[in-house]
Amino acid sequence: MDDIAMRAPLAVDGLSYAYGRKRALDHVSFSLAPARVTALLGPNGAGKTTLFSLVTGLFDSRTGRIRIAGHDLRRERSRALSDLGIVFQAQTLDLDLTVERNLRYFAALRGLSEREARKRIAALLEQVGLTEQRRHKVRSLSGGQRRRVEVARALLDRPGLLLLDEPSTGLDIATRRWLVDEVHRLAHEDGIAVLWATHLVDEVRAHDDLIVLEKGKVVARGEVERVVHDTRANDLNEAFTRLTSARAEEHL
Amino acid sequence: MSPTHAARAFTAIVTREFLRFVQQKERFFAALVRPLIWLVVFAAGFRATLGLSIIPPYQTYISYDVYVVPGLIGMIQIFNGMQSSLSMVYDREMGSMRVLLSTPLPRWFVLFSRMLAATFVSIVQIYAFVAIALALGTDVPLEGLLPMLPVLVLTGLTLSAIGMFLSSWIRQLENFAGIMNFVIFPMFFISSALYPLWRVKESSLWLFHACQWNPFTYIVEAIRFAMYGQVNAEALAVVAGTLAVFGAAAVAGYTPARGGPAAGRASSAR
Repeated sequence: MDDIAMRAPLAVDGLSYAYGRKRALDHVSFSLAPARVTALLGPNGAGKTTLFSLVTGLFDSRTGRIRIAGHDLRRERSRALSDLGIVFQAQTLDLDLTVERNLRYFAALRGLSEREARKRIAALLEQVGLTEQRRHKVRSLSGGQRRRVEVARALLDRPGLLLLDEPSTGLDIATRRWLVDEVHRLAHEDGIAVLWATHLVDEVRAHDDLIVLEKGKVVARGEVERVVHDTRANDLNEAFTRLTSARAEEHL
Repeated sequence: MSPTHAARAFTAIVTREFLRFVQQKERFFAALVRPLIWLVVFAAGFRATLGLSIIPPYQTYISYDVYVVPGLIGMIQIFNGMQSSLSMVYDREMGSMRVLLSTPLPRWFVLFSRMLAATFVSIVQIYAFVAIALALGTDVPLEGLLPMLPVLVLTGLTLSAIGMFLSSWIRQLENFAGIMNFVIFPMFFISSALYPLWRVKESSLWLFHACQWNPFTYIVEAIRFAMYGQVNAEALAVVAGTLAVFGAAAVAGYTPARGGPAAGRASSAR
C-alpha cells in the first residue's frame, strides 16, 4: 500500500473472504479518492455486500487490510468507523420510533451532544426534504422517504466516507434520481468520498470512478470513460456486459 | 470511546429499550399476568398440600405463596432476558443490529448496554409484580425491597447474558421461539423456584442433582436471601460466574466471523 493509498478515505488491500469453502472475495484491492463518487458495479452475487460487511466491520477477514482515513480497521476499529456513514441495502430504521427519535438515537450512538444532534437533525431533515415528517413514525413513511431518513442518518456525524449498498432497491424513479443527484452533490460540495454499490449501470455517471466486481474479483478499475475505452465498448452497459460475461465464460 | 460518548450511547440504548417496552403494552401485561397466575391460582392449590419447614432465610413457617415469590421474580427476569434476546434476533433479521454493530462503539459495550437495558426493564416489572402481590395479601418483607435491587441487577444481567449467547447462535426468529421453550421451561421447573430443594430430594435424587447444576436455582436463592436482607454467598458466586461465562460467550458469539475455509459459520451478522 503506497503513501497516497494510506491516506485515502478508503484503501482496501488484498482482501479475501470465504463462506466456509465458497470464496466470496478474492484478493480485492482498490482505494478511493476524496470528493469522488466511485461506483462499485457488479452483478448479483459478485461480492458487493460481503465487501460492505467487511468495510463496516460486521465481518472480519483473515487476509487483507482495510484502512479508513488512514486508520487500520482491525487495529483502530473505533477511529476507522468514526469516519464512516453507511446506508445499508436493507432498511434499518426502527419502524415504531419517529423520524426524529431514530436520528436522535443514532446521534447518541455516535456520541453527538444533544445540542449538536438537534442542530444536525434539523439541517439534514431540511436537506432531505422531510422536516414536516420529523414527528411521524417511520412505519407511516413511504419507502423513498425511509431511504431519505437513512441518508440523513448516515450524514449525521459528518463522515468523510459514505457507503451506500444498493440504496435504490425498491425506490421509484423520482427518489432514485434524487438519491443519485444528492450523492454527487455531497461528493462535490462537501468533499465526501462515496462508494456506491449497484448492479444498475444507469446509476453510474460518465465522470464517476468505477470498480467492476465479478465473482469476488476486481475485473476493471478506473474512470468510467477509461474503462469503456479499455474494453473497446461503445458505452458502460456494453463494457459491463463484456467484462462480466468474459469472466463467466472463463468459468465454463 | 470517551466517557461522555459512552454515557450518551448507553442512555440511548436504555431509552430505546424502555420506549419499546412502553409501546408494547401487551408485553408488560404478559410479564405481570404470568407470575400472578402462579401466585393466585397455583399457590392457592399448593398451599393446602405442601408443607414448608423453616429453612434459611426464613425464620418462621411461611405459606407457599411467600415461598414462591422469589421464583416468580426469577421467572419475570428469565422471560425478560429471553424477550430481549429475541429482539436482538429480530433486529439482526431487520438489519437495525447492523447499524448498532457498525458504530465506533466496542461490541462488548453494545452488548453489555443491551443487557443492562433489559435488566432495568425487568426490574420495573418486578416491582410492579411485588406491589400487586402485596395488595393481594402475600407477606413480602418491605424492608427487603431495596437490598434486593443490586442482586436483581446481577441476576437480570446473568439471564440476559444467557439469552444473548443463545441469540448469537440462532440465525432465524422462528428457531429462537422454539429454543426458548427448551431453555425457559427446564430452567424454571428444574430449580428451587417452585419447591424447596429438600422436597425435590425427597421425591427424586436425580432431579435434585439436576436442580443443583441449574444456575437458575442460584439466581432464585440469591433473590430469596436478598429479600430477607441476607447474603447467600454461594448463590451470588455461582450467579456471578455464570454471568462471566455467558457474557464472554455472547461477546465471542457476536465477534465478526473471519470467514475462510476453516470457518464453520458464515457470519454472526448475516
